[in-house]
Amino acid sequence: MLIINGRRSRRIALVAAALTAASVLAGCGSDDGGGGGGTAADLDAALEEGGTITYWTWTPSAEAQVAAFEDQYPKVEVKLVNAGTGNDHYTKLQNAIKAGSGGPDVAQVEYKALPQFALPGDLVDLSQYGFDEFESDYTPSTWASVQAGEGLYGLPQDSGPMALFYNQQIFDEHKLEVPTTWDEYVEAARTIKKEDPSQCITNDSGDAGFTTSMIWQAGGTPFQADGENVTIDLQDEGTQKWTGVWNQLIEDELVCTIPGWTEEWYKALGDGTIASIGLGAWAPGVFEQSVPDGAGKWRVAPMPTYDGQPATAENGGSTQSVLEQSKNPALAAAFVRWLNHDEGVEPFLESGGFPATVADLQDPAFVDKKSDYFGGQQVNQVLTEAATQVVEGWQYLPYQLYADTIYGDTVGKSYQTHTALEDGLAAWQEALVKYGDEQGFSVN
Amino acid sequence: MTRSERIRETRGGGRPPAPGRRWSRSDTKGWIFVGPFLAVFALTFLSPIAYAAYLSLFRAQAFFGTTQFVGLDNYVDVFTDDKFWDGSLRVLLFFVVQVPIMLGLALVAALAIDSARLYGTSFFRLFIFLPYAVPGVVAVLMWGFMYGTNFGLAADLNDLFGTSIAPLSSNWMLASIANIVTWEFVGYNMLIFYSALRTVPGEIYEAAALDGAGAMRTVLSIKIPALRGAILIATIFSIIGTFQLFNEPNILRTLEPNVITTYYTPNLYAYNLSFGGQQYNYSATVAIVMGLLTAVIAYAVQLRGSREAMK
Repeated sequence: MLIINGRRSRRIALVAAALTAASVLAGCGSDDGGGGGGTAADLDAALEEGGTITYWTWTPSAEAQVAAFEDQYPKVEVKLVNAGTGNDHYTKLQNAIKAGSGGPDVAQVEYKALPQFALPGDLVDLSQYGFDEFESDYTPSTWASVQAGEGLYGLPQDSGPMALFYNQQIFDEHKLEVPTTWDEYVEAARTIKKEDPSQCITNDSGDAGFTTSMIWQAGGTPFQADGENVTIDLQDEGTQKWTGVWNQLIEDELVCTIPGWTEEWYKALGDGTIASIGLGAWAPGVFEQSVPDGAGKWRVAPMPTYDGQPATAENGGSTQSVLEQSKNPALAAAFVRWLNHDEGVEPFLESGGFPATVADLQDPAFVDKKSDYFGGQQVNQVLTEAATQVVEGWQYLPYQLYADTIYGDTVGKSYQTHTALEDGLAAWQEALVKYGDEQGFSVN
Repeated sequence: MTRSERIRETRGGGRPPAPGRRWSRSDTKGWIFVGPFLAVFALTFLSPIAYAAYLSLFRAQAFFGTTQFVGLDNYVDVFTDDKFWDGSLRVLLFFVVQVPIMLGLALVAALAIDSARLYGTSFFRLFIFLPYAVPGVVAVLMWGFMYGTNFGLAADLNDLFGTSIAPLSSNWMLASIANIVTWEFVGYNMLIFYSALRTVPGEIYEAAALDGAGAMRTVLSIKIPALRGAILIATIFSIIGTFQLFNEPNILRTLEPNVITTYYTPNLYAYNLSFGGQQYNYSATVAIVMGLLTAVIAYAVQLRGSREAMK
């Protein structure tokens, strides 16, 4: 009966929320904040009153942020839980939502995962608290990423405009300039492979997050969602632009097939096997923490483009959202506001985060900071510049997490056999259309 | 002899108590002893199965949709699902190849330790058993690292012998998993065999020696027949273990997501259906069909085994 009950209780919660909202409007609102609905003033009241909320996240900044928050609001207790990274976190979150209880009040949700939780009504629409007015405080691409349907389901915490991280030593060794177009990039790949077969221009063993970011950068919009209607077109112009370049790298085996986020990968980044890699602006922290051998070797440049005009995409990045399940949504929303809009941003920056807030992205203290790891380069100049060059119009699928899990089943085959990516992408599309139709969407 | 007869007998032929009353009292006593077990068993074993069976009759849509009763439609889908059969045939192949190798090695090890011709028996026993004590997840992570062709042990061996074997490539993956499982479970099965061998009374060996039976003859005519029951048990455990193959492919999947698909084994398929795709109903169906298949195969093996024993 779990499913039916889950649905029913959600419906009851919605009705309760509506009733509470109505009673607030009627001027007889209680100040316990329960049930959702309310205004900015309600948030301040909730902070005054205090209470306990649970926060699930895996960001390294969370501990410092929560400590600072509790200092400022001693009546509020935030239970910080690391429920795993990425998919592990989402699996537990999904289970709690399915079970109807046991979930956190506030959860970290990556931009790509937001629609999957927002559309079925698992997250609280924060526009009711007046968060809409914060729009101009965030970069356009991150602000677009926290919208789903008609609602606003989080405030952006970090952003991941993509840039090209490259190993200066390898490029010097082969007397190569850092490529500014993808054609130059493929040329550089051939040179490196020819002169030293143990090295490669980059690693790619098939990664859905990377693929979608690359299609995004090429101006593709393979996924369009509007309510129940979803359009999937993995043969659109942008996608073809990307496969046109990337097929050469895959078919001629110019890339290393080391999977990302493995011990092998960190080693290969440190010992001069991998010459370059396109990653989001959060990457410097990863390099410093996990690739100590790469210190002094790596630099950052803007992403190569198709026509030499600057353009990039977001790669990763998260928001914090309030769960519909929360018993104290006003307090939870107040925490999110503090975390990603007010004082919480400072400890986030101090612990190495890359912000989504325009003011911080323009703050000279942040922009001009020199990085020892990157040989004294002012990396944030490149990265904040990239944040303004993100191509507009991208949308993730409302079931992007599922799409990512079956990426290896389909597109992975192309990587394995070193054949054109189009076949794999077509198989991916077919599986995604079938799944979407089965799950209540109307896909074409 | 039935139970009431036995009761009467122990009473030394005295007046038998009213059977009805005695029956019911001893019955309740029995239930008190079995009760706690049954309660936990029902809660943690039977009810999940019943719930899965219930789920498998519905079809829910993760977004927007509704929950519908679909009868046996999910089962029809499973039987025509290429992904399900792909995974099932893979574990069947694994069973046919890996289980005989593993049990053969375990048998040789048990006989060697039991032969009393080996110095440091307890050392070997512990040494072979040790991998079983390593938590499965840790073991797979360790092997995954050794299998790496860029920096792992496999890379060094390839350098040494001038080969280019990639244990984690699609051609080798199943063999690599079989190797991990064998490494983990040889010691466990060896212990089952060894303890069965220890129950053979010494007189039989003595008699065999007096009859002039050599070591080989003793193994073939006494030890192996004595092990028949243990081999049957170990085989059934292995069938269940094989068909539930999950940990090894699931962890190696992080290293090679292109080789290990979401439906590499039926268990992995069921897991990914529910936790990746929120297709809980279909996932429950896959789990039930796989459970039934395993039960049928295990039962067939057991039936054959006990028929052999009767010969």
